[in-house]
Amino acid sequence: MKKTIRFRLNGKPTTLETDGDRTLLWVLRTDLGLTGTKYGCGEAICGACTVVVNGEAVRSCSVPVSSVDGAEVVTIEGLTRGGKLHPLQEAFIEHGGFQCGYCTPGMIMNAYAFLRAHPKASREEIVKGMEDNLCRCGAHQRIIAAIEEVAHGAGGAS
Amino acid sequence: MTQRHGIDRRQFVKLVGGGVVVLVTTKPSALLAQRRRLYPEDLNAYLRIAEDGRVTVFTGKIEMGQGVMTSQPQMVAEELRVAFDAVEIVMGDTARCPWDMGTFGSLTTRMFGPVLRAAAAEARAVMLRLAAEKLGVPRSKLVVENGVVSVTGQPTRKVTYGELAKGRRILRTVDDKAVLRKASEFTVMGTSPLRLDGHDKVSGAGHYAGDVRLPGMLYARILRPPAHGAKLTKLDTSAAAKIPGVTVVNKKDLVAVLHADPETADQALSRVKASWDKPQPPFDTETVFDHLVKVAGKGEVTSSRGDVAAARTAAVHVFESTFHKGYVAHAPIEPHTTIADVKSGKATVWASTQTPFPTRDRLAEELGLDPKNVRVITPYVGGGFGGKSAGLQTSEAAKLSQITGKPVQVRFSRAEEFFYDTFDPAAVVKLVSGLDANGKVSLWDYHVIAAGDRGAAVFYDIPNVSISVAGGWHGRGRDLHLFGIGPWRAPGANMNVFAKESQIDIMAAAARIDPVELRLRNLTDERMRRVLQAAAKAYGWKPRVAPAGKGRGRGVACGIDAGTYVTLMADVTVDLEKGTVHVDRVVAAQDMGIIVNPTGAKMQMEGCVTQGLGYCLSEELRFTGGEILDRNFDTYLLPRFSAVPKIETVLVRNDELDPQGGGEPAIVPMGAVIANAVFDATGLRFYRLPMTPERVRAALAKKGATAAAT
Ligand code: FES
Ligand code: FES
Repeated sequence: MKKTIRFRLNGKPTTLETDGDRTLLWVLRTDLGLTGTKYGCGEAICGACTVVVNGEAVRSCSVPVSSVDGAEVVTIEGLTRGGKLHPLQEAFIEHGGFQCGYCTPGMIMNAYAFLRAHPKASREEIVKGMEDNLCRCGAHQRIIAAIEEVAHGAGGAS
Repeated sequence: MTQRHGIDRRQFVKLVGGGVVVLVTTKPSALLAQRRRLYPEDLNAYLRIAEDGRVTVFTGKIEMGQGVMTSQPQMVAEELRVAFDAVEIVMGDTARCPWDMGTFGSLTTRMFGPVLRAAAAEARAVMLRLAAEKLGVPRSKLVVENGVVSVTGQPTRKVTYGELAKGRRILRTVDDKAVLRKASEFTVMGTSPLRLDGHDKVSGAGHYAGDVRLPGMLYARILRPPAHGAKLTKLDTSAAAKIPGVTVVNKKDLVAVLHADPETADQALSRVKASWDKPQPPFDTETVFDHLVKVAGKGEVTSSRGDVAAARTAAVHVFESTFHKGYVAHAPIEPHTTIADVKSGKATVWASTQTPFPTRDRLAEELGLDPKNVRVITPYVGGGFGGKSAGLQTSEAAKLSQITGKPVQVRFSRAEEFFYDTFDPAAVVKLVSGLDANGKVSLWDYHVIAAGDRGAAVFYDIPNVSISVAGGWHGRGRDLHLFGIGPWRAPGANMNVFAKESQIDIMAAAARIDPVELRLRNLTDERMRRVLQAAAKAYGWKPRVAPAGKGRGRGVACGIDAGTYVTLMADVTVDLEKGTVHVDRVVAAQDMGIIVNPTGAKMQMEGCVTQGLGYCLSEELRFTGGEILDRNFDTYLLPRFSAVPKIETVLVRNDELDPQGGGEPAIVPMGAVIANAVFDATGLRFYRLPMTPERVRAALAKKGATAAAT
């Protein structure tokens, strides 16, 4: 059933005429052309598809696009403002918090939402907060270091 | 026979435009002769210096996380004497890059590195010759730094590479005289510039195969059997065909539904009705080992010295062990994905593959096209670990595109990924070893089934040795299995080193000798001694006999892989109630020859340790016959953040040796180091991986029962 869905996507008002049951992941990747959000498992297990909806990390593979009607949606593409990387993105580069990079957008978006809620999180809390995002390359130690630096160095995500 | 259609020189020079182009071709070279045995005869590398002074490297290698997109330009910048950021790299595109057999086996740096460096050194020599002409001084009077050639002592008499390249079309092949710079002279190699793929990967802008979108593209979903070996008996696609916009393809073994929207294609597939005949499952996760032992045959003796039978009689202690390990998945987070556009006798393919050139040649054959008309482009690959070498999805996408006349994407679902993976094979090792009264290993009778010979050789000084290998992860070894197997990060070595280095600790504990001490007592290989001692120093190893008991323990294990020597030391905590093993700390020391990029090397070591936790503690594919029971990450458990230990890496310098492999070595001792630490923590010896909580609990309960009964 087609319906009108309005939301803000990376700061821009967006209107879609589409079947509200389609999943957010595929609407983002196809209709909206935002391919930074990745498919990894399709069942809300790996976190590769994580986007931030109203400040919270959401697994876009497992929610209908209708659920973001009226919401504020941020994808990995939206973290970079005016060509300037977000401190988390900078920290991931600086610390080498990626290898193949496929889990990276989901990791960064999850960390972004997590740090908004826990700006001064301890290392242990960060580990807990990232627990459900999978990385097969084993970049974990450096991902935590990157997030820690943002939490403690720069005073949390803006 | 693999066809090797590199693009020809004329075509290449036309493609890259003006400037200075250096090729490394078939011309035999003293420099390369010793290293090229493992490399195809017609290896080519291309390098171009453009008129603006920028340097472009064209390589058939691909970037899947191992960092070669950064380390290769480092090698070029070093030898050519240009700034690192003046170098660009084009990778894995069969229309622009020279033929390459694929990215695997830790060969990129070891085998391809020297060639690439030679090309850059040759380019430097060309530039110097041109500069000598231009400046009117002999070459010996020139110095070059940062892409600027100047007269020694007269820095204003200078000319840039860009100026020298202007208006020229120079084509050179590498000759034997290309002299590589020494490690002591390095300014770019041996440093750790930020990775060139960083921005792409943190911003979401970098493309993986599935991110390529073409006008009119269809997403395909393909009918899959419920089990390997199942036969289709009935098929009804009429309900699927009724969905507006769905195309149904039914050709030979390929039944697919396609749609412009991926989810509509999913729905269409769910409406395909199919019945299957499933064969009786001949074995499963638990009984596979008996099957392997039964069918693998005696194998081949790969190494033998002394008299094993006599040594067995003479040994003071004889130890007889059998080790097991199940199938392990590659499980890259990016599933196999390919987009193919086949039309008017040409095919362009974007593939998630470790082998763009072999894939191109295979596709040409399958599609009936001239390889010249098939182009495989490899964007970033989201993890490979050996699992993206075969590429069923590429054949399927190309066929479907040829049939429908539209660009087609095939992206495996996670369940397909687990079904069509080429798993690390289940394997068995039978090992009899002996110790004399002085703690010298006197006997080593080793038989490995289904893992192959990588890592099976012994590096201890043992007088009586027999090593035999039956089956492996390639060739006829595949016939032992019900589903695909193939290379998995350091193929076979994980199993072999698990068995070998567990056995050393079994002997050490029985003889009441510290496990590091026992190793040193039996080791004259200087490189291995140095690495082991470096690890012991970094760890703070104090001699003690295992087990300590009480749920906390430490372990050690050594390995040699891809020319690199590695020792791991680990601390574990075992929850004696729950049976969970937590690895708290891992020290990894490694001698990998000259180090091109220290941070990159450390990242690979950390990746090895972290990924290795999986096959040690939680990862084992479950199946009944050809039916794969693990279909997603909810039951097939990858290591998560909380499982990751504190990892400390030590790079043991060895500048006398050319760069060796870095992507695989540190994973091979993981099984043994954890098993040895668990033994130290509990007194329980595990002969099978993974050491899941259930298995640890069961072993603890059995031990408790035995203790209570005595
Ligand atoms: S793809 Fe959504 S959680 Fe894995
Ligand atoms: S960097 Fe490859 S999956 Fe995380």
